[in-house]
Amino acid sequence: MSRIADAFARAKDDRRAALVIYLSAGDPDLETTIALVLAAAEAGADIIELGVPFSDPSADGPSIQRASERALASGTTLTGVLGAVRTIRESTSVPILLFGYYNPIITYGEARLVTDAKEAGVDGFLVVDLPPEECAPLHGPALAAGLDLVPLVAPTSTPARVEAAASIASSFIYYVSLTGVTGARAVALGEAAERANALSQQVGLPVALGFGVKTPADAAEVAAHADGVVVGSAIVDAAAAADGQQAKVAAVRELVTGLAAAMAK
Amino acid sequence: MTDTTVEAGRFGPYGGRFVAETLVPALDELSRAYAEARADEAFEAERLDLLAHYVGRPTPLYRARGLSEELGLEVWLKREDLCHTGAHKVNNTIGQVLLAKRMGKERVIAETGAGQHGVATATACALLGLRCEVFMGEEDVRRQAPNVRRMALLGAEVHPVTSGSRTLKDAMNEALRDWVTNIANTYYCVGSAAGPHPYPAIVRDFQDVIGREAREQILSRTGGLPDAVVACVGGGSNAIGIFAAFLGDEKVRLIGVEAAGEGVTTPHHAAPLGHGRVGVLHGMKTYVLADEHGQIQEAHSVSAGLDYPGVGPEHSWLKDTGRAEYVSIEDGEALTAFHWLASSEGILPALESSHALAYLRPLSKRLPAGSVVVVNLSGRGDKDPETVQRVLEEQTS
Repeated sequence: MSRIADAFARAKDDRRAALVIYLSAGDPDLETTIALVLAAAEAGADIIELGVPFSDPSADGPSIQRASERALASGTTLTGVLGAVRTIRESTSVPILLFGYYNPIITYGEARLVTDAKEAGVDGFLVVDLPPEECAPLHGPALAAGLDLVPLVAPTSTPARVEAAASIASSFIYYVSLTGVTGARAVALGEAAERANALSQQVGLPVALGFGVKTPADAAEVAAHADGVVVGSAIVDAAAAADGQQAKVAAVRELVTGLAAAMAK
Repeated sequence: MTDTTVEAGRFGPYGGRFVAETLVPALDELSRAYAEARADEAFEAERLDLLAHYVGRPTPLYRARGLSEELGLEVWLKREDLCHTGAHKVNNTIGQVLLAKRMGKERVIAETGAGQHGVATATACALLGLRCEVFMGEEDVRRQAPNVRRMALLGAEVHPVTSGSRTLKDAMNEALRDWVTNIANTYYCVGSAAGPHPYPAIVRDFQDVIGREAREQILSRTGGLPDAVVACVGGGSNAIGIFAAFLGDEKVRLIGVEAAGEGVTTPHHAAPLGHGRVGVLHGMKTYVLADEHGQIQEAHSVSAGLDYPGVGPEHSWLKDTGRAEYVSIEDGEALTAFHWLASSEGILPALESSHALAYLRPLSKRLPAGSVVVVNLSGRGDKDPETVQRVLEEQTS
């Protein structure tokens, strides 16, 4: 069982949802990212999604767009992110999922990335613009290396597309709560979480819900139904609003602690 | 090779659908609706009627007497500049906005660079009674103010885009973000033969009228096929529109002209086919301008309509198979051609089309005297005098 699958299993044993925390790697620099990942893991994150910056993040809202711009401005590359994961692995075994867009991966080379990511301690990939029918060049090598490729399912996905997503999933499915970009305000999180739960029953895999989960109350509402809760833009905003690495670490620690506590209730 | 293989939205290894999951079902819906529409005689009758009596088709094929004499070639200009709204873009927007209406969508969104596609979309929406919102990079809003005013007069709302480089690629990102958010009631009218499947095929099909007319016209005027067909390539819709009808005519050279900007040895150009690498941008696999880490680079061209770091996927395939050849022309050469056509023929070409015209000089040295060349004059230059003036002032200051 992969470390990611294991994290969902452990949460389930504890009768709670897994908390997935998104951080934009390199925002504002990789040294800060390393500190933020360690703080989030200590504060109760079960899985870390590490956003690899891309120049054209067409599925992201303003928070993650700006974070990506800051990360690119400080020279963050995929190679650099793998280096940061290596450093993080000296201190924690929290599962790490690289989250991003396909072009930097194509340029790096899918097979080479899988080799280097595994060596660095990465557990899986979530590529926003790589739907199941296009994913073979990355899915093949990842599967062979025991790394997870996490598919997205959206409210618009048809039954056939849900099946396609389930067929490539090895650890969990990421359910998008709304039709929109990251950081959008979800209106009916409880209903979305119920759909995520139904999806999980149908495919026999854990389903985490993301997009629009911002506060501990939101997280608790989703956690009542779904196997996992993803919080991204709210974390990125909290880090961005704090000045200096220490303050950013404190802000992220506080928010993750609050989210984990709300979900444990 | 006489045809490009279009299988599941692929042109060889290019094309495809590299988009967020939320959009895939909408692209499926669009593919189905498009196939049904094209098979519906009433839809086609209305579209062709509008192309004839609203757009003004067929556009003339004009033998450029001054250019022909000077170059020792037979130069024929396909006059897309005479289309309603001043460029070929309207051929596509009439088709797509009719399709949007047929699909029951209330709202049409579009991206635009120079503003020509935005104006053409606003025009079609005004005509057919749909709401229109256009995304345009803040930088382009500044550079192309007259077109912003035209869109407003036609009832469209223009959203300046402030992310990234604030140009066409960012406008397309923002249109994708809007579409994913408002997918139920919104139709995304893509302006170039680019983006995820089925857009490259839809836009080509709505633009191939250019080549079908030109082929018929040159046959009836000269009794034969041309030796070469030349068109500028940004996203590539006017080029694929005129190339499509000639793909099976293996002796006809197809030449696409990219924007070399300040030169292809500088970082300031817009020539992904000649000097880019294979990647994924805006839902398609194609040649892109990207750095060694896969970050998309800003394109540069004096012509806003060619200022795009990707290209339609069919062009990538035509390049690899060798059926079409792709060359590039620098800003200065395009400006010279702008003045050349104005003084020789009394026609102000768009700066985009000026790139295709500029290639006639080097081409004339490689073709036998008297060779027949068709150039797609994809748009008129009424939008460009300010840019031309600004560049002249920069050069003399």
